Amino acid sequence: MRDAQATLERVTQVPGVKGSLLISGTDGLVVAERLMDGIDGRAIAALAASLVQRLDRATQQAGMPAPTFVHLRGNDGSVLAAPGRSDLVLVAVADTDANLGLARVQMLDAVGRLA
Amino acid sequence: MSDDIKTLTARLADEPVSLAFLELGEALRRRGQLEAAYKVARGGLSRYPALADAHDLLGRILGDQGDLAGAFDAWAEALRFDPMRMGALKGIAFLYFRAGDVPAALEHLRRAAEIDPDDPTIGQAIERVKGAGAAPASGPAPAAAQPKSASLEAPLSPAAHAVNGTSEAGRRADHGIMLVDTKGLRLNGTLFSPGNEDVGDRVAAELAGVSKEASRTSRLLGLGGWQAIAVESPQGNLFLVAPTPDTMLLAVRDPSLPMARLGLIAERAAREARAWLESHT
Repeated sequence: MRDAQATLERVTQVPGVKGSLLISGTDGLVVAERLMDGIDGRAIAALAASLVQRLDRATQQAGMPAPTFVHLRGNDGSVLAAPGRSDLVLVAVADTDANLGLARVQMLDAVGRLA
Repeated sequence: MSDDIKTLTARLADEPVSLAFLELGEALRRRGQLEAAYKVARGGLSRYPALADAHDLLGRILGDQGDLAGAFDAWAEALRFDPMRMGALKGIAFLYFRAGDVPAALEHLRRAAEIDPDDPTIGQAIERVKGAGAAPASGPAPAAAQPKSASLEAPLSPAAHAVNGTSEAGRRADHGIMLVDTKGLRLNGTLFSPGNEDVGDRVAAELAGVSKEASRTSRLLGLGGWQAIAVESPQGNLFLVAPTPDTMLLAVRDPSLPMARLGLIAERAAREARAWLESHT
């Protein structure tokens, strides 16, 4: 759990990232979180897990292995998800000015270490 | 780094104004080092902007990278400086064929045949394109399917590869572009798996709920409407955009094409898909 918190801390330190969570990919439950006040971790976990599952199925139907990174871009920010092994998914919420490249690198690195 | 690439790199370093960049760029391209090949070609073009060989080289590299719009532009430039440039004629013929414009593909191949009547591969390509008959696209070729830009591309076919002759890497890089409706039905284009199987309908069916899911996620998290979804997978990158509220466009390319560029391709195709939808509804 300390590893997970350290991971979330690193991701959340990326400029523009408002919070990060470690969730269970199959049931969308929060495993660990580090979020700014006012952000509902349970909602993010459920929504992100559901979206990642759908994209996972589409990717596999395309004859490709499961996704390693997903980026949903909205008008006012982004949701980033890095599925790892053991059903864990690292999720981050970022605003429009976030350094998404750095967040991506940090997340892939972190999820690789968690595996 | 192989010996020929080392030698050519050294030659170019010793004499930056030499034309060694043409050989070096081609050698890198053949080895699949497309980013390096691209840089070399661009560097050469900055010195020799009117050199048809350099534009032709750039066209082949961009084609291999899956940037068909860029490849078309590069080959068109090559033909501007040298209207008899065989590689550019074949390349453009290939792109027209892929866009479903068989007459334009044949016109370019016939021009190539006039220039080199002894090249048997051109005659074979003409026969294959003729044999393919109608446009290879699954539906009517949309206005969007002009090779000037990345658009709802026609599925790959052996004939198309026969026309191009050099696009094996490009074939691997480009898995297709597809427009689907919210019910999971394909409107145009298709997708191919890394094993070259047509997976368009299966993927379209899975995409049925994605737009709704993305809208819900984006709205509930206070991110406003959703603009795009980028998905990275070890064997391919997927990029989804919504040309209209009732449709989604999916572009899939090899991971060697940077995601941001795939995004540009998808967004440009989405603009054209929008125009096509307006003209067909």
